[in-house]
Amino acid sequence: MTKYTDQGKNDTRSGYGAGMTELGRTNPNVVALCADLVGSLKIETFIEENPERFFQTGIAEANMMGIAAGLTIGGKIPFASTFANFATGRVYDQIRQSIAYSDKNVKICASHAGLTLGEDGATHQILEDIGLMKMLPGMTVINPCDYNQTKAATIAIAQHHGPVYLRFGRPKVANFTPVDQKFEIGKALMLNEGTDVTIIATGHLVWQALLAAESLENQGISAEVINIHTIKPLDDKAILDSVKKTGCVVTAEEHNYLGGLGESVARVLATHHPAPQEFVATQDTFGESGTPEQLMEKYGLNNKAIEAAVLKVLKRK
Amino acid sequence: MPNTQELQDLVFQVRRDILRMVHKVNSGHPGGSLGCTEFFIALYNEIMDLKEGFDMDGKGEDLFFLSNGHISPVFYSVLARKGYFPIEELNTFRLIDSRLQGHPTTHEGLPGVRVASGSLGQGMSVAIGAALAKKLNGDDHLVFSLHGDGELQEGQNWEAIMYAAGNKVDNLISTVDRNGQQIDGATEDVLPMGDVAEKFRVFGWDVLEIENGNDLEQVIAGLKEAKSRTGKGKPVCIVMTTMMGNGVDFMMHTHAWHGKAPNDEQLATALAQNPETLGDY
Repeated sequence: MTKYTDQGKNDTRSGYGAGMTELGRTNPNVVALCADLVGSLKIETFIEENPERFFQTGIAEANMMGIAAGLTIGGKIPFASTFANFATGRVYDQIRQSIAYSDKNVKICASHAGLTLGEDGATHQILEDIGLMKMLPGMTVINPCDYNQTKAATIAIAQHHGPVYLRFGRPKVANFTPVDQKFEIGKALMLNEGTDVTIIATGHLVWQALLAAESLENQGISAEVINIHTIKPLDDKAILDSVKKTGCVVTAEEHNYLGGLGESVARVLATHHPAPQEFVATQDTFGESGTPEQLMEKYGLNNKAIEAAVLKVLKRK
Repeated sequence: MPNTQELQDLVFQVRRDILRMVHKVNSGHPGGSLGCTEFFIALYNEIMDLKEGFDMDGKGEDLFFLSNGHISPVFYSVLARKGYFPIEELNTFRLIDSRLQGHPTTHEGLPGVRVASGSLGQGMSVAIGAALAKKLNGDDHLVFSLHGDGELQEGQNWEAIMYAAGNKVDNLISTVDRNGQQIDGATEDVLPMGDVAEKFRVFGWDVLEIENGNDLEQVIAGLKEAKSRTGKGKPVCIVMTTMMGNGVDFMMHTHAWHGKAPNDEQLATALAQNPETLGDY
């Protein structure tokens, strides 16, 4: 199978910070907002280099979303950032009315999404944010898989006119996609071609999917691995082309199985090409404290869980 | 610049527009709209520096944000009569396929509206953002916003009030419509707001009051005074006392007409109290 190498573990939020640094230097309309989490969002360099283009709102996310909407009036491109929980559920109506319904060009950039936030526990580990955001008309939803891709996505969304939800995480994870890659919103990436099963993964689960595919290959199972970094708009064609070939699919995401990537894929298949599907996702539950690795193991979100799901779905073909 | 008689004529005509709009569709919010008629007319015809036409960015002109979006009838009437869109379009208020949605929105492309409002408490944050963009753009024009007094019960306002003072957003004039009424009754009974002016003051705003927000000259003088206080390191707040339902005797001194339309007979009575001046649409 196609070989991918970890160039050295790094956190996706640092990819966001690096993207912001570059945008600060190249796009004078980009402004940043943060609600008392500058260090966690890794935007210190942007702030240092562009102090007049940074707005610290304090612990007031609702106000931050409204200010971001207002900044677009006058041509600014606001990147409003905080933890995923506070960037979505806490301020859903502000995003809905002042940003999405008002067609404002705001980029909502959310770190610490999912279980891998770790020890802080369920109050901070949102597993519902993809669902919340994908349901908003006009909202683009992106969940890149590693440092390099998060940096590329950050830079790319500044060029896209319209509201975007960019989701990334806290822990250092494998960094395996190309440096300075071109990021195309809505375009699925084929990571490994296969014939027996399609694994469609997003975010931190993409690397886990590759590990699973490698192990499956040793068992004589050929897995196709697709990186869906853009959950909305979804690359229907890439999904259908693959599943028509393999005949079954496993979706993998660090999110509730209700409302996540898996349900979006199921909609595409149910409409155009029904096929057996297994969901690697949390099962309608809150998280808890623990290390990221322990949590991903306990809640079934790692390479082993993907492998098991593949063996299960193959029996349903 | 219009003289006082022209503005007074506009007051009667806008009141008629409001009454006829809500009557036609038997829905909408006449009470607060009538209470803020003089404010909107003063703002759009005497106070704001506006460009010809409309573009979303509004560079090089003053901007206005309506936070308490339910008083859309007065907003639409004043925008139409200022020339933002055809006056006849007021006929489509709240109808299917209309740009004049129940609450204002940018989604249908109505000129003059820059953000959706209706879910309360969000407008001040947006106004602050627009004011910050003006500062970044080196645009010395002002941003105005209007808020209901009951609306201040939404917590996001206080995040915004803190932010604007703490960050010296001094190109912003936020007016609170202190009509003392909300859907469930008198604000004093639903959730007493206390001294609104003092609250803004202790949060660090420069505050002035308009004692009678239905006296056109007082409103103009108050808004001019507010403008003179901008650019001095503090956001400016106007606490403006108004009478909900002003200009229609049976709609005054009650919260009953917050979100209720008059029937045929009531409309006739109300219109008789407000003669046609500039022509009904």
